[in-house]
Amino acid sequence: MSRPRIPQSARDSQGARDPGRHRPTALLVALVLASATLITLDYHRGPDSPMEPVRSAVGEVFGPVQAAGAGVARPFTAVPEWFTARSDLRREIAVLTSENSELRSKLTTSGVDRNRLAEYDALTTTAEQAGLALVPARVIGFGPAQAFSHTVTIDAGSKAGLRPDLTVLNGDGLVGRVIRVTKTTATVLLIVDVDSVVGARVGTSMELGFLRGRGVPGGDGRLDLELVDDSAIPGKGDAVLTWGSRDGAPYVSNVPIGRVTKVFTSVRDSAKRAVIEPYVDFTALDVVGVVVPSGTASDRAVIEADGSIQ
Amino acid sequence: MTTPHTNSAGGVAALTALVALALVLQVAFFPHLAWHGVVPNLCLLLVVGAALARGPQFGMLVGFGAGVLLDLAPPAEHVIGRWALALVVVGYVAGRVRTESAVLSSSGPRPPVVAVLATVAVCSLLGTSVFTLVGLLIGDLTAGFGEILAVIGASLVFDLLLTPFVLPVVLRLCAVTEPLSARA
Repeated sequence: MSRPRIPQSARDSQGARDPGRHRPTALLVALVLASATLITLDYHRGPDSPMEPVRSAVGEVFGPVQAAGAGVARPFTAVPEWFTARSDLRREIAVLTSENSELRSKLTTSGVDRNRLAEYDALTTTAEQAGLALVPARVIGFGPAQAFSHTVTIDAGSKAGLRPDLTVLNGDGLVGRVIRVTKTTATVLLIVDVDSVVGARVGTSMELGFLRGRGVPGGDGRLDLELVDDSAIPGKGDAVLTWGSRDGAPYVSNVPIGRVTKVFTSVRDSAKRAVIEPYVDFTALDVVGVVVPSGTASDRAVIEADGSIQ
Repeated sequence: MTTPHTNSAGGVAALTALVALALVLQVAFFPHLAWHGVVPNLCLLLVVGAALARGPQFGMLVGFGAGVLLDLAPPAEHVIGRWALALVVVGYVAGRVRTESAVLSSSGPRPPVVAVLATVAVCSLLGTSVFTLVGLLIGDLTAGFGEILAVIGASLVFDLLLTPFVLPVVLRLCAVTEPLSARA
């Protein structure tokens, strides 16, 4: 910035107001060093970080404030919905009806689909046997894209029976996993974050692979699937589900994630890479469910696998 | 006067409340209006306002406080200290604009609009860039170059759009809480 000429009198009064022209610099150095110290202390993040107690303490205080803020903001954020015209709704109904009939005809005519349905039914039974339940929660805070990490806060915490490494899903599919809890809130790492890796399975071929977030702030193609078997080629439109791990942590098995939209072949390492379009709309998250073991003590109604509410 | 940044207890409480309010709005309300997840950085605007009203020392202290809160409050998941560093730099630069510019330092609590907008633009670019660059340097962030530029540009636009609503309030508040001895 070019320095404008300051009259001598202005300079003097300024000197009187700011005694010692070096002091801002000294404070700047001190505060920059303090920030650098914080960065060094928290360099490895994770649960072993010495800053973790401070982080959770601030979370305990800020969580309820955030929940209250989201409660106040909710009526305002719902305002655009009032302006949905009757014609828009009619058009939407027409589209949904035609889609529905198309799906119904597919279901009755295609034997393959019927088989897959039977398979899904069997899988549902497995989930029931595994004794899982859902804790309902609402999203109360979104991490800004400026931070390039995709996280949200939900209004259920350790009091609701949550702990880190639990699966979070909604009506459309897999949302992410719990990475940190306070008494009343929990932080969820979305599957579109670059740090997120999900064991995934292609629905039609049952091939296994790893699904990574690409960290793209919005739009299409937000997940990459790398298959374990190089020779397997996922088909366009194939459904991708979670593969699950032992004890269902961090992800339980057979939660729908998305469908294959593009397949790339990398010449360098001869591996196939598929781009997955997630079923969940991550910009409009609201009600989610957290998968907990059946019989978990919670401060709210828990939905059991058979549909009963406890 | 030994410490120009010392404030009445009420002023500190009001500023803390304002920072907390900015954080809640930024996390709970503005994501519904966001463009690809980019939200206006209200805390940065607060720091710019505080520094423009009271100079670099005050600006840096508010910047450090607001930055640490931004780093700690859920759902933040980056290395703590990145926002603190970025907002300290923002507080310093905005404060220097006040002390170095004859127009601003002589205009009292109502600086000219163009100067404020230019300061906000520079500080928004600077703050988001420092935050991002530190993330890249320590390996806390993996993102494409184009994507980073898009996010920095979008947050600049958002910050400028919000300036007319936030800066006047902050400037007035900081001028009111300013102790008499600090007024020239």
